[in-house]
Amino acid sequence: MSSEYILEMEHITKMYGPNAVLKDVSLRIRPGEIHALLGENGAGKSTLMNVLFGMPVIHSTGGFEGTVSLNGEKAEILSPMDAMAKGIGMVHQEFMLIPGFSITDNIKLNREITRPWPISKLFGSNLEFLDQKSMASDARNALDAVGMSIDEYALVAGLPVGHMQFIEIAREIDKTGMRVLVFDEPTAVLTESEAAQLLSVMRQIAAKGIAIIFITHRLDEVMAAADTITILRDGKLVDTLKTADTNVGELAGMMIGRGDESVIQVERRGTPVQGGTAMTIRNLWVDMPGETDKGVSIDVREGEILGIGGLAGQGKIGIPNGIMGLYEALGEVTLFGQPLPLNDARGALQRGLAFVSEDRRGVGLLLDESIEDNIAFSAMQAHGQFMKGPLKDSGKIRRYAQDMIKELDIRCTSAAQPVGTLSGGNQQKVCVARALALNPKFLFIAEPTRGIDIGAKQLVLETLVRLNREQGMTIVMVSSELQELRSICDRIAIVAEGKVADILPPEASDTAFGLAMSGYRAQGGDGQ
Amino acid sequence: MNDLNSKNFTSHLKNYAVTYMFIALSVFFIAVSGLDINYVASQLLLRLNRNAFIVMALIIPIIAGMGINFSITIGAMAAQIGLLLTISWGVTGVPGILLAAGITLPLGLIFGYLIGSLLNRMKGQETIGSLILGYFANGAYQLLFLFIFGGIIPLSDKVTIVGATGVQNTLNLTGSVGLSTAIDSILRVPFLQTVYVLAAVVLAGSVVLWARKKITKTRFLALSIGAVIVAGIFLLPPVANVFNGSHGREIRIPVVTWLIIGALCLFNATIMRTRLGQKFRAVGQSQVVANASGINVNRTRITAIMISTVLAGWGQIIFMQSEGIGTFQTYAAHEQVGLYAGAAILVGGASIDRATNMQALIGAFLFHSLFITAQSASSNLFGNAVVGEYFRAFLSYGVIALALILYAARSARQRKTNLMAMAAQNGAAKE
Repeated sequence: MSSEYILEMEHITKMYGPNAVLKDVSLRIRPGEIHALLGENGAGKSTLMNVLFGMPVIHSTGGFEGTVSLNGEKAEILSPMDAMAKGIGMVHQEFMLIPGFSITDNIKLNREITRPWPISKLFGSNLEFLDQKSMASDARNALDAVGMSIDEYALVAGLPVGHMQFIEIAREIDKTGMRVLVFDEPTAVLTESEAAQLLSVMRQIAAKGIAIIFITHRLDEVMAAADTITILRDGKLVDTLKTADTNVGELAGMMIGRGDESVIQVERRGTPVQGGTAMTIRNLWVDMPGETDKGVSIDVREGEILGIGGLAGQGKIGIPNGIMGLYEALGEVTLFGQPLPLNDARGALQRGLAFVSEDRRGVGLLLDESIEDNIAFSAMQAHGQFMKGPLKDSGKIRRYAQDMIKELDIRCTSAAQPVGTLSGGNQQKVCVARALALNPKFLFIAEPTRGIDIGAKQLVLETLVRLNREQGMTIVMVSSELQELRSICDRIAIVAEGKVADILPPEASDTAFGLAMSGYRAQGGDGQ
Repeated sequence: MNDLNSKNFTSHLKNYAVTYMFIALSVFFIAVSGLDINYVASQLLLRLNRNAFIVMALIIPIIAGMGINFSITIGAMAAQIGLLLTISWGVTGVPGILLAAGITLPLGLIFGYLIGSLLNRMKGQETIGSLILGYFANGAYQLLFLFIFGGIIPLSDKVTIVGATGVQNTLNLTGSVGLSTAIDSILRVPFLQTVYVLAAVVLAGSVVLWARKKITKTRFLALSIGAVIVAGIFLLPPVANVFNGSHGREIRIPVVTWLIIGALCLFNATIMRTRLGQKFRAVGQSQVVANASGINVNRTRITAIMISTVLAGWGQIIFMQSEGIGTFQTYAAHEQVGLYAGAAILVGGASIDRATNMQALIGAFLFHSLFITAQSASSNLFGNAVVGEYFRAFLSYGVIALALILYAARSARQRKTNLMAMAAQNGAAKE
C-alpha cells in the first residue's frame, strides 16, 4: 500500500538486559510534517532515535521488538550508513563539522564530486580528483536554501556557532533522497533571531515534503513550529496530539508526570528557613564540558536544603563542580560573607565546603585504597586532620572510619576493605563519610542516588536530612530525580540553558516544574 | 587591518619558532666551524638528496592525524631486506635498485598494514606507539638476519658469514656489487647550470601562464621577478664561485634522484587533491566527524601508514645508494632513520598535525646544515670534536621533545573554549 505516513515506527520495545527503556512506543509521521518529540532525559527519545538510525548500540544489545516502515514498506535499518542511504538524516546537537575545512568541504564530506583521470581508473575512485567548482555550486544552493549568504569557501573554524548549525542543515538537505530529517535540540546554541530563522527554515524544508522530527525541550518552539507532538515518559508513549489541540501548560505537565511515590517521607519544616545567607552566587560561568553554566545567580540560605534540578546537559552539575574548583569557573561567589576564590579546589575545602561528586568512581574515590583511607583522605590533605606529626594517625582513622561504617551502615568486611570491591550504594556512603570527615559547614552533593539501590537511596537521603536538622548543615543537592528533590528540599532551583530558570517550592505543580525545565519562567514562582 | 597583520605575524613566529631558531643556529655554526663554504654546500646538497625522500614519507601520516610515524624505521628494514636479496642474487646497477624497490613494495604494504592495524588500537598514542613498534621490529629484524637468512632461507656466500649462520655485519654496495650511486650516477649536471635553467623555465612558464590568463598579475610578477633574482644571485661571482669549482670541487647534482624526489612532492600534492586526500585530512582533523559522515576511519589510517612505510623503504634505498655511503651496516642502518627524519620535518616547521613538502625540504636542509658543521664548530669552540657528536643526538631528541611540548601547549590553549572568553566579556559588560 502507498502509505499516508512516510515513517511508521510501530510498537517499539527495547530492552537493555532486564530493563525496558522503550515500552510499546509508536511514532507515525506524514511527509512534510514537523513532528515534535518531547520528554525528559531518560524518557526514551534518544533510544527511539538510535533504533531509527540502526545504531550499533541497539544491534549489539539484542535488537528491538516492533517494526519500522518507510513509505509503507517494512524497513530493516542495519547501520547509520544504511539509514543515510534510506534517506534518514540527522542534524546533530554537537556539530559534526571539521573546523579546518571550508564550508563546501564540510557540506560535501565523503560525498565529494570527483573527476576521474587515468590513474584513478587504474587504482579506483579513491584517487579521483575533487571537483571543487561543482562542489561549491552545490554548497551554494544548499546554503541559499537555508537563508545563509555566507561565502561557501570560508573556513568553518571561527564561525559563530549559529552559522555552524545552519551549515549542518545545509549539508543534510544537500543529500539527495532525504525523506526524514531529525533535528536534535537544534536551537540550543542559537540566539533568539537565529532560532526564529531556523524554525522558518524547518518549515521550508517540510514544505518540500521532507518529514521532520524535532527534538527539543523548548516548548514555545514546539508550539510555534510543530504540527504534531509526541510525548514520551519513562520509555512509554504518553500521547500524540495535534499542536492546535494543546497548550504549553498541558505539555509541561505531561512531560513531568507525577511520580507514584516519594522515595522517603520527610517531616516538613513547620516554618520556612529564616537563616542568613550561606552562599551567594553571582553570574557564575563554568566551563564543564556538556554541563556549562552561563551566568548562574542564586542565594543559598543558611540551614536549608536547596535542590538544584533540570534536564541533563543544562548546567546543573556544573554549579558545584565550578564552585569546588574542579572545572574552570568565573564569577563571584561568597561563603558566609567571605569571598570564595574560584579555581582553587584546596581553598574551597579549607574554607569549610565539601562536595560529594556525581562521578564517584572517577573523582570521588581512590578505588584501590581502603575504606578508612578514603574516608580520611580529604580531611588529611585539606585540614591536616588524622595526623600525628608528619605521619598519619592510623588508630584515629580506624576509629573514625568504624564510627562512620556503623552510622551510615556501610556494608563491608572491615574498614580495610578496598572501596573498589564495594557495591555502588556503599561506595556512595563512603563518599558521604569522607565529605563529613571534613566537618563541613556547607555540603554540595551531586546525584547522590544515581545507580544505587532503593535501600541505600533512603539511607543516603535520610542522612542528609539528619545532618541538616541536627547539625544545621547547609546542603545543596543536585539531582536529575525531581521526585527525590521534592521529598527532602526546602526550595528547588531549576537550571535551564546554563541559568537558573526558576526557584520553586517542592509542592509546586508538575506543570510549573515542566515549564521551568523548558526554560520558561512561571508567573508567581518563588524567584528572587 | 594592521592589527590583523601583526597578529598573523606573531602567530607565524610562534608556529615557526623552531625553524627560525635553527636558521640562526645554522648560520652561527657555519660561521664558527671554519669549514670551507664549498665543502658545506656540496655536503648539504648531497645529504638533502640522500634524505629528502625519507623525510617526505612522514607527511601523509601527519596529515591523517597519526603524528610522527617513527615506524618508518620498519619501512627501512623492508628496503634492507630488498637490498640484501638483491646483493645476494648479484643483480647490479639500475636493475638491482629496481629489484630492491620491487621487493620493498609488497613488504612495505604488508608491514604498513600491520603497523596501521596496531596503531588503530592505540589512538592518541601513535607517535610513541610507532616509536616502540620500531624498536620491537628491530628485534624481529635481528632474528631474521641472524638466524633465518642464511640458515633457513639460503643466501649466497657474498652476504653470509662463512662458517656460521647469519648475514655479515657490513655489506659492501660498491665495486662488483654495483648498487652504490646506481641512481645518482645516471646523470650529473653542474648545480649552477641547473639553477639557471630552472629559473629560465619558471620565467618562461609564468609568462605563458600569464598570457593565457591562468595566473593573476601579482602571481606572475612574484614568479618572474623571483626567478630573475635567484638567477641573478647565482650569477654573482662570489656565489657562483662556491659552486663552479673555482675553489674546491665543482658541485654537480644527480638529476634522476632529484626527479624522483620531485615526483614524490608531486605525489604528495596530488593525492591531497583526491577523494583519498580529503579522507586523510578529514580523519586527521576529526575522527568523530569523519566517522559520522561514513568514512572508514581505521581503513583510511591504515592506508596512510601503508603509503608511508613503502615510501620510507624507497627512501632508504635512495639513501643507501647515495654517494658517500658505500656500505650497508646490516644491523644498524635503519636505527636512526625515524629519529632523524622526524626531527628534520619538525625543524622545517611541521608539527604533530601539520606538514607540507616545503616544510620537509626546509627541515632536511636546516637539520643537515647543523649536522655537517656540528663537529668542526665544537672543536673550534670547545677544542673537542666529540661534543659535536653529542650535540647531534641532543639536537634530534631535543627538537622532538620541544615539538611535542609546543603541540601539547597549543592543544591546551585550544581546549579553553570560547565560553570563558564569552563569560569574561559578559562579566566585563556588566560592571
